Amino acid sequence: MKKVFGFLFVILGVIVLSACSAAVSSATATVSAPSAAVMPTSAVTATAASVQSGSPATLTVMTHDSFAASTGVIQQFEQQNNVKLQFVPSGDAGAALNRAILSKDAPLADVFYGVDNTFLSRALSGGIYEPYASPALADIPAEFKLDAQNFALPVDYGDVCINYDKAYFTQKNLPVPQSLEDLTKPVYKGLLVVENPATSSPGTAFLLATVAHFGEQGYLEYWKALRQNDVVVVNDWETAYYTNFAGSSGQGAQPMVISYSSSPAAEVALAKTPPKEAPTASIVAPDTCFRQVEFVGILKGTKNRALAEKFVDFMLSKSFQEDMPLQMFVYPVNKNAKVPDVFTQNAQVPTQPAHLDYQSIEKNRDAWLKAWNDAVIK
Amino acid sequence: MLEVQNIWKTYEGRPLLCGVSFTVAAGETICLLGASGSGKSTLLRIITGLEQAEQGVIRWDGQPMEAIPVHRRNFGLMFQEYALFPHRSVAENVAFGLRMKNLPRAQVESRVRQALDRVHLLAFAARPVTALSGGEQQRVALARAIAPEPRLLMFDEPLGALDRALKAQLADELRSLLHQLGIPAIYVTHDQEEAFTLADRLIMLHDGQVGQEGSPQSVYQSPASMWVARFLGLNNFLSGALLTEQPLCAQTALGVFRGNWANAAHPPVAVGSPLTLLLRPRGLGVDAVDNQISGVVEDCIFQGESFRVALRAADGSLFIFAMPQAQPVGQPLTFSISADDVQFFQKE
Amino acid sequence: MGKTLFQNMRRGVAMPFLWALPLLFLAVFFFYPLIAIFRLAVTAFLEQGLGADTLHEVLQPLEFTFWQAALSTLLTMAVGLPAAYVFGRYRFRGKNALRVITTLPFILPTVVVAASFNALLGPRGGLNLVLMNLFHLADPPVQILNSLAAILLVHVFYNTTIVIRTVGGAWEQMDPRLEQAARVLGASPARALWEVTLPLLRPSLLAAALLVFLFDFTSFGVILLLGGPRFATLEVDIYIQATQMLNLPLAGLLSAVQMTCTLGITLIAAAVSGKGLTPLAPRVQGEGVQPVRGWRSRVAVGAVVALLILLLVTPLAALVVRSVTRLDANRGERGQVQTGLTLEYYQELFINRRQSIFYVPPIIAARNSLIYAGATVMISLSLGFLTAHLLNRRSRMARLFDPLLMLPLGASAVTLGLGFVLVFNRPPFNAIGFPFLIPIVHSLVALPFVVRILQPALASIPISLRQAARVLGASSWQVWREVDFPIVSRAALVAAVFSFTISLGEFGATSFLARPEYPTLPIAIYRFLSQPGALNYGQALAMASVLLAICAISIWVLERVQWDTLSS
Repeated sequence: MKKVFGFLFVILGVIVLSACSAAVSSATATVSAPSAAVMPTSAVTATAASVQSGSPATLTVMTHDSFAASTGVIQQFEQQNNVKLQFVPSGDAGAALNRAILSKDAPLADVFYGVDNTFLSRALSGGIYEPYASPALADIPAEFKLDAQNFALPVDYGDVCINYDKAYFTQKNLPVPQSLEDLTKPVYKGLLVVENPATSSPGTAFLLATVAHFGEQGYLEYWKALRQNDVVVVNDWETAYYTNFAGSSGQGAQPMVISYSSSPAAEVALAKTPPKEAPTASIVAPDTCFRQVEFVGILKGTKNRALAEKFVDFMLSKSFQEDMPLQMFVYPVNKNAKVPDVFTQNAQVPTQPAHLDYQSIEKNRDAWLKAWNDAVIK
Repeated sequence: MLEVQNIWKTYEGRPLLCGVSFTVAAGETICLLGASGSGKSTLLRIITGLEQAEQGVIRWDGQPMEAIPVHRRNFGLMFQEYALFPHRSVAENVAFGLRMKNLPRAQVESRVRQALDRVHLLAFAARPVTALSGGEQQRVALARAIAPEPRLLMFDEPLGALDRALKAQLADELRSLLHQLGIPAIYVTHDQEEAFTLADRLIMLHDGQVGQEGSPQSVYQSPASMWVARFLGLNNFLSGALLTEQPLCAQTALGVFRGNWANAAHPPVAVGSPLTLLLRPRGLGVDAVDNQISGVVEDCIFQGESFRVALRAADGSLFIFAMPQAQPVGQPLTFSISADDVQFFQKE
Repeated sequence: MGKTLFQNMRRGVAMPFLWALPLLFLAVFFFYPLIAIFRLAVTAFLEQGLGADTLHEVLQPLEFTFWQAALSTLLTMAVGLPAAYVFGRYRFRGKNALRVITTLPFILPTVVVAASFNALLGPRGGLNLVLMNLFHLADPPVQILNSLAAILLVHVFYNTTIVIRTVGGAWEQMDPRLEQAARVLGASPARALWEVTLPLLRPSLLAAALLVFLFDFTSFGVILLLGGPRFATLEVDIYIQATQMLNLPLAGLLSAVQMTCTLGITLIAAAVSGKGLTPLAPRVQGEGVQPVRGWRSRVAVGAVVALLILLLVTPLAALVVRSVTRLDANRGERGQVQTGLTLEYYQELFINRRQSIFYVPPIIAARNSLIYAGATVMISLSLGFLTAHLLNRRSRMARLFDPLLMLPLGASAVTLGLGFVLVFNRPPFNAIGFPFLIPIVHSLVALPFVVRILQPALASIPISLRQAARVLGASSWQVWREVDFPIVSRAALVAAVFSFTISLGEFGATSFLARPEYPTLPIAIYRFLSQPGALNYGQALAMASVLLAICAISIWVLERVQWDTLSS
């Protein structure tokens, strides 16, 4: 019997100890230490001179789960401003926004990044932001600045496009579809997998592209035709991409999938031995893609307004903007930011993505989703 | 009717039953008597079919039982601690075996009543078995075992957990019940009193073998081995050597004793060979010259019809005798033992 | 800290206070946040009024939720009962290993399970490839994904262990003589099972069925990932409404419906279980456990083991095999797929290739997971023992508390997570900053399990035993330590294993509450899967294999500790 108790007390001891160490480490380091070895040390030493004295303040940044950044870039900001950044990933974009809205009266963070144009209207009407006319906005083209009052500032964009498996089309000697209409042709029967717009953000984006192209009257007819042509619907991007898509490592059955225009670049950048050429590519014909723009804003009621402004400026600055593509596989909105080679070589940017204004998205999303569900699923 | 032939069984690598054979005749009650761990219960479980023997055959009326599954053998077994179904009432427990025979409902009910009546528990029919006392549970188990009228009844230490008075009472009841029913029975116990009460025939199990077999009286009168004697509570042993064969006398540290061979069919013994003498606790006189034993009375306990006297002999060994009168404690005492009550065993 | 608690117990003064602990725990960490969310939903409905469609939107998923949960439970019991029998009545080589392995599905994140079922049964999965090669088929013959069959299959995969552990444990403890008595009285093996064994196992059967049903009833990931868009349970709808439609009032309403159903199901189960437990004297440990002898037993044990391997072990094996198989074709040279074994996904786990601030070395993720799981075991077992005692007193309080206790199983993770955000927004209970909220939430889910497992075990201790100990001079604490705990140590082990695995595998609430510096293994797996690239996919599977290994080792150690105690 004693052994059992001994065992339990060992567990208890471990917990107490680790809780203590957790408390200590959370107070001293928010950026994980193990990665410090690989970060460029020159950047740190160069900025060390500008470090102010005194213990650093903490700035809390709420994000969606896809947020990522390089250690070096973040540490640079922290050292220059004598601040510790604490990132709080809060679920997918919708969940994170919900969190921000629910905690509006006692904000959990100072800055919130991750609302996109499909949720923008809700975020603005939820009144979670304080306006901030960042000087960095000067470098951002007007097309991204959807909120004229600068409650929400654009950070990045990405295009949801149809990705295809190059090898499949070459081997079958099949032309790659060049429009949404093409997808209903019998030669492409059963070759496309899409995500359920009710459960997946790229799925929503593709539905919006069809609404934009065919109009509210026509999009359902189009989807019925797609259904006739055996479009495969799954609930999430992971399943679509890794299980159904032929071009990914899952080597599924469908050579076309709704993903991002940056995915081909990711296939190269994230491989251990990068291939000469991406195995996949995007269809970027007019109106086949839908552009998602992601926004950052200062949360109403922050006690660190000055620091929060600095962080927003930083997110829009060249160094962060150039770090984003390989971390989050999105495009920078800052016109001075350079896109990495792997993007320019492997990823195509649609020149004419489908467009819907964000107010009408918010107003009709529910109805469109329901109608879509009735037409395609039932 | 039942024939148990050359049963072998090992338990965790040790031999438990080593060629046990016996028979049970119609209407006969057999008592399997043996120390705990002697394999008595296992033997019952082999007869019921709950366990398989490694060797040997069980026959009923000449028919081998091996291929017949437990539930078709129509044997009854009353378990140690009864194994009553805790989720069922008294009547439901008793009805169980009858229902398994798919008897019509009315017949089940009347036979349940009959069985409960036999064990004087008719008033308890609707009670949950968990609310019964030990003795009541025992009766329910008995009623459950007899209700389906099995062709053989087996009892696995059924009175083990009960107090002495209740034990004696229930043993008597069981005896008359078994006689009424006329069903052959095997009764497993380690308690000789129970065995004497119930058995038509005793089978002593020792070291995985039948040590002795016979009526309770014959076994008690002439135990075939020191083990049997000891098991039956006969503990006055005395070492000695064969002095003469005619008359049969032995020399011991306490003098010369005249007696009889415990086992008439003993192998020849040379004069001077070591022997063990059993002094039976009763039958003493003070007149004879030989077979005298003297010592100091160490204890004297009133036992109702007699007194239990502990006598410390000159060589330091302690003997227990039953005497009609009380003996003063601490006083020397000398008396003689009838030659009929001295039994000789060969040294084992 | 512990000492004063025990001292109080010794004095007996603090007993009411102790009973209040589990209540307080539920009230603060469960009802408080949920009520906050419901209040929000009700206020919104009062302002906006109920939509005309609302009733339809609630009833439709409700029907499917019940239907699939009932089917899944039936199937899980059908697989689990024979397995419980074999585990409860036989001793065979590899039994302990098999028991550990059958627990593993329970901890796997659904994304990983979906991946491994795909690897087996998907259009390009192993089974289809073999069949297509064998019979020269152009199309995959097995089309099980995105169907009700897939949902049921995976529910069985996940929950069979509940039946094996709870029913199998009870079976092992049951006096084999009762069944034998029935056999001697003329019952065939089947009839003895039906008339004696199953009725006696009823408490644990019902407990297992209830737990399985509730798990299936609130199923989320399985429905979403393997059922596909045609199927939606209440939980899936709550998720869609809360995070995609941002319709919190409807999400709140659906959660309330789900909780009401949970409560109803629990009450029905309580009513069915009826008279309660029969106290059976505890038997000698393992008395009824037999070695496999005779062809009947061999066939029975063999068939069950084969079924378990097929249903539970193969998908796990597929996962591990995939994690060491090179998956990506050499880019641009598709058609010549490089196959072969590789450890590169494991090696990559240790490299922060993209210098991400969120990179987590697998050892740190494993440490975090183990700490949370250890804390969960401590919290849920101490609260569980108190609760089980309270419930066994059969007071009115206990009758009220009993169904409430099951509610956390029926609460949607999304709703609860949002409730936490709403309520715990100030230090020290800050939804962001307080790391102990994670084991606390895990304990909420584990507590129903722990109590359902401990309660029958504690109830089976005859009161005379406890009284005997008291008469011999033991304090209540000593009685607990010397009598109760040793007798229920087997059940306590099962409970510990469940709360441990629940915590190791939990993702929903963790993703809401975990701080990025302390991610758990499931969170690390999700991070890999959320980005394209063969390396990420392989790393996710490698990390999942690490999770499996850690879980297997932990359970093995837990059970080993137990055996040592028993044999000494």
